[in-house]
Amino acid sequence: MIQFRDLRKAFNGRPVLDGFTLDVKDGETMVIIGFSGSGKSVALKHVVGLLHPDGGDVIVDGRAVSQLDRAGLTALRGEIGYVFQFAALFDSLTVEENVGLGLVRRRLPEREIASRVHDALRLVDLPDSGPRYPAELSGGMRKRVGIARAIALRPRYILYDEPTTGLDPVTSAVMDQLMVRTREQLGVTGIVVTHDMRSAYTVGDRIAMLYEGRVRQVGGVREIQASADPIVRQFIEGRPA
Amino acid sequence: MIDRIGRYAVDRVRAAGRFGHFLADLVRAVPDVATWRGPLVVQMRKIGVDSLPVALFIAAFTGVVLALQASYTFTGTVPLYVVGTVVAKTMMLELGPVLTGLALSGRVGASVAAELGTMRVTEQVDALETLAYDPQAYLVLPRVLAGTVMVPLVVALGIAVGILTGWLTSLSLLHLSTPEFVKGLKLLYRFKDTWFGLAKSASFGMTITLIGCRLGLDTWGGAEGVGRSTTRAVVFSAMLILALDAFWAVVLL
Repeated sequence: MIQFRDLRKAFNGRPVLDGFTLDVKDGETMVIIGFSGSGKSVALKHVVGLLHPDGGDVIVDGRAVSQLDRAGLTALRGEIGYVFQFAALFDSLTVEENVGLGLVRRRLPEREIASRVHDALRLVDLPDSGPRYPAELSGGMRKRVGIARAIALRPRYILYDEPTTGLDPVTSAVMDQLMVRTREQLGVTGIVVTHDMRSAYTVGDRIAMLYEGRVRQVGGVREIQASADPIVRQFIEGRPA
Repeated sequence: MIDRIGRYAVDRVRAAGRFGHFLADLVRAVPDVATWRGPLVVQMRKIGVDSLPVALFIAAFTGVVLALQASYTFTGTVPLYVVGTVVAKTMMLELGPVLTGLALSGRVGASVAAELGTMRVTEQVDALETLAYDPQAYLVLPRVLAGTVMVPLVVALGIAVGILTGWLTSLSLLHLSTPEFVKGLKLLYRFKDTWFGLAKSASFGMTITLIGCRLGLDTWGGAEGVGRSTTRAVVFSAMLILALDAFWAVVLL
């Protein structure tokens, strides 16, 4: 279980998260929606300790992330796969080296690494892309490799940072299917940060709207679709203020 | 005015504190040999072997100029075999290490800052951390070790090439014989000439890579930020090389 507890973070004196509190239950996919710059990605980065909170904390299975020492943080990161907005693939490594990098770190036998890389690439429908370099892939393929890199670790949790941003509608739908398939086949708990409402409705069990640094509303897909909150309505309908 | 000076002073102290943290993290990464061993070999090639052409090019022409300038200065006053002394001493003590260091601050310092800066702004450094890698062990330590080890080797080869071209110039243009040049070469040679130049070069290599890594990992602001970090890495490295050069001269000579 991942719990955001009164999380606070400011940059240059401007508060981005201001008492963000949210529980993500085991096995569910929680979608965090919100306007650009509302702090969705900032919240996600706190889960793996990439950012240190000014106040509050993120609790992962009872462990307060900001209190973990180096070894504790390494162990925690081993349980979490992170899919970056622009994939963040290593340009100098091939696709299979990218996907296997986290496994090399765990010092798994080479045969097991090769097998897991193969399985992960097959799951994202890129079984033959292993020898290619990231520069040779389209944006959608790069994002799928990013997912493969995350799932190759067989994590308990996967965090997706804007997985469909910059993709055409068809490729976005493919990404949505992939996220659903990943949850169904691997049973992982997921947090998806997005402002793509079609994607949110497809992949989310629950949706939380982040507004002015805190949760404005959280609920199931139907609850959010039927929300009477003017800010939530404005966002999900895509209406200008 | 006082407010601005105070703020500047606080910023400098903070920057020094952050650099101290950076160095402490680097030392803490040393036992993680399994992580830095592989990238170290790659960096030794990139920083050392790939720098040879530019370093040897500079050294070759420096040797030629040194021989001709020494001859111009000494003709009619000092025996010309002293040309060998001047070429060897100057290449070993000063021009070999410093000119190579300045050239590598451009080639290596810029390349390290740009590479790590790009990795920072494209979230590749964050991705490394989420894969449980320590960026200090995977990115910084191999570069700093490679710089510290390989720059003296590059400088040593540069010194050899500089002396070689100085000798060839003496034979062909100054009409010195090989025994005369070698006599000058040996005249005031001390073993300290060799290790002083190489030790200094190691400190240059460490400085260039440390500055490049630090500024690269500190990059923010997209492509413009990468450009800013790269420029600062070259400028700071060059300035520190000249300052270190003076420091070692005061301390060791």
